[in-house]
Amino acid sequence: MSWNTLMAMLAEETCNTLFMTIPSTLIAYLLGLPLGVLLVITRKDGIMPLPTLNRVLGIVVNLLRSVPFIILMVMLFPVTRAIMGRGTGTASVIVPLTISAFPYVARMVESSLLEVDSGVVEAAQSMGSSTLQIVRKVLIPEAMPSLVNGFAICITTILAYTAMAGTAGGDGLGKVAITYGLNKRQYDVMYAASIVLVLLVQLFQVGGTTLSHVIDHRRRK
Amino acid sequence: MDSIQDTNRPCQIELQNVRKVYPVTGGEVVALDNISLKIHKGDIFGIIGLSGAGKSTLIRCVNRLDTPTEGKILFCGKNVPEMNKQQLNLMRRKMSMIFQQFNLLMQQTVAKNIAYPMEIAGVPKERIRKRVAELLEIVGLSDKAKAYPSQLSGGQKQRVAIARALASDPEVLLCDEATSALDPMTTQSILRLLQQINRELGITIVVITHEMAVIRQICTHVAILDGGVIAEEGSVDEVFTHTKSAAGKRLFGIVTPENREELAEAPALRIVFDGEQLSEPIIAELILHLGQPVSILSADVHTLNGAQYGQMLITRPENRDVCDKAFAYLKGRGLTVEEVRQA
Ligand SMILES: Nc1ncnc2c1ncn2[C@@H]1O[C@H](COP(=O)(O)OP(=O)(O)OP(=O)(O)O)[C@@H](O)[C@H]1O
Ligand SMILES: [Mg+2]
Repeated sequence: MSWNTLMAMLAEETCNTLFMTIPSTLIAYLLGLPLGVLLVITRKDGIMPLPTLNRVLGIVVNLLRSVPFIILMVMLFPVTRAIMGRGTGTASVIVPLTISAFPYVARMVESSLLEVDSGVVEAAQSMGSSTLQIVRKVLIPEAMPSLVNGFAICITTILAYTAMAGTAGGDGLGKVAITYGLNKRQYDVMYAASIVLVLLVQLFQVGGTTLSHVIDHRRRK
Repeated sequence: MDSIQDTNRPCQIELQNVRKVYPVTGGEVVALDNISLKIHKGDIFGIIGLSGAGKSTLIRCVNRLDTPTEGKILFCGKNVPEMNKQQLNLMRRKMSMIFQQFNLLMQQTVAKNIAYPMEIAGVPKERIRKRVAELLEIVGLSDKAKAYPSQLSGGQKQRVAIARALASDPEVLLCDEATSALDPMTTQSILRLLQQINRELGITIVVITHEMAVIRQICTHVAILDGGVIAEEGSVDEVFTHTKSAAGKRLFGIVTPENREELAEAPALRIVFDGEQLSEPIIAELILHLGQPVSILSADVHTLNGAQYGQMLITRPENRDVCDKAFAYLKGRGLTVEEVRQA
């Protein structure tokens, strides 16, 4: 394979990978963020204690998280087909990726929000804040550096999962690496695709860590 | 137990037979038992007690960060434990609180922190901006509007917390160990600020502390909490000069037959001046009378219309007989004298 063909292919497949990763992450946050908030505020010692709901949500999240992605993808074929028109393909993989990621996102969000000093939440309560005001103006802003860190972890994890999309007819760098490395024995292409994956992961991770650091005002700067 | 001047000022907060029980593994903890109190408008009401006495529990029940197991807490004629969520949030805007650990929003600027209570109450942006500037002025932090809490000292953080507490124009300010994380100098300045707020804005202040000095310095009234019950209550002058309860004596370091063991060393004498007219210099006279020197450890006495108020700590003479002689002499002058532990 010529250098130019390789580069063109890697560029295209990077786009495919991102096309699966970014929407999946965003939709997973759309679902996972509110769920994570609910997991925190409905705790027994939370600002809206609903222990039964909390337990049910916790069980659902754990169940979803315990199904391996590849199995979940197969189980979700009918759902994916109903939503996307077809069960397989690059775009269709977004459905199982999202479904498998959002409980994970919820747990990440939960752990970030639990880091917020309970004294600050108590102060907000003592000032007559509603539950929603505490969530929007205290919990989330105070947890923002940690949430950003969590976002970087989530997006890189989802990026890694897109490698398995090949098994459901999706494209992307993962599929290239598997096809060329496993089937065609062209290891140079496999390594090239893997390097791009590593670079993407680094980019998101370093970007996330840096941003988290910059927006954090807890240290004297 | 109210003194006479209390009755003609309106009552701000009234607690009636408040009890708080915490369930714990293997039983329960009675944190408060049968607490009845009246806090009047304009008071600086101190609640003092040793660690675990129930001070935080009491103040947290007042703004319902905690709910009492039994009893009534009346504020503006309504019973706090029975308020619904909406009433509760409105009540809390009239009753602000400051904390030992300041509890500021660490990711927001000082100005944003102070704006918070107004933002949640839906005050227009322009008014918030003006009011934040005024409040910064009151607490003396006008130059720190854009700073973040992590860039401030403990005293400055507490000033921000006070400004934030004032932002909702409260009638009452609750302070839970507000100066306990601060050094003595900073404590003084925060206490002066609280006093100024009480005088100039007419805000009723409830002060929780384990330090007698805080009570002495700013409170008008005091309740001594001991093991979840009120051991003694009244005006600060009254409780301080005529301490009745064992808990009070223990807190003030007064030696009694019951606590002599605990306070094995009692090297000082406390002389209380309760409005006596003293024509001659009492300590100089005492030294002449005993024929040996005593030194003044601390003195906090002021003269009002020729009469003296306050207290003085002097070294206790080593010799028991000399000590008794000193007692007799001072008592003969109409002064209250007690053996105390040296602070
Ligand atoms: N959430 C709780 N669960 C169980 N017991 C509690 C709880 N909160 C307080 N207590 C108990 O109630 C009693 C009073 O506690 P409280 O915190 O009111 O004391 P305090 O006077 O404020 O003490 P400190 O000066 O140390 O702050 C203590 O015995 C404490 O162990
Ligand atoms: Mg306490």
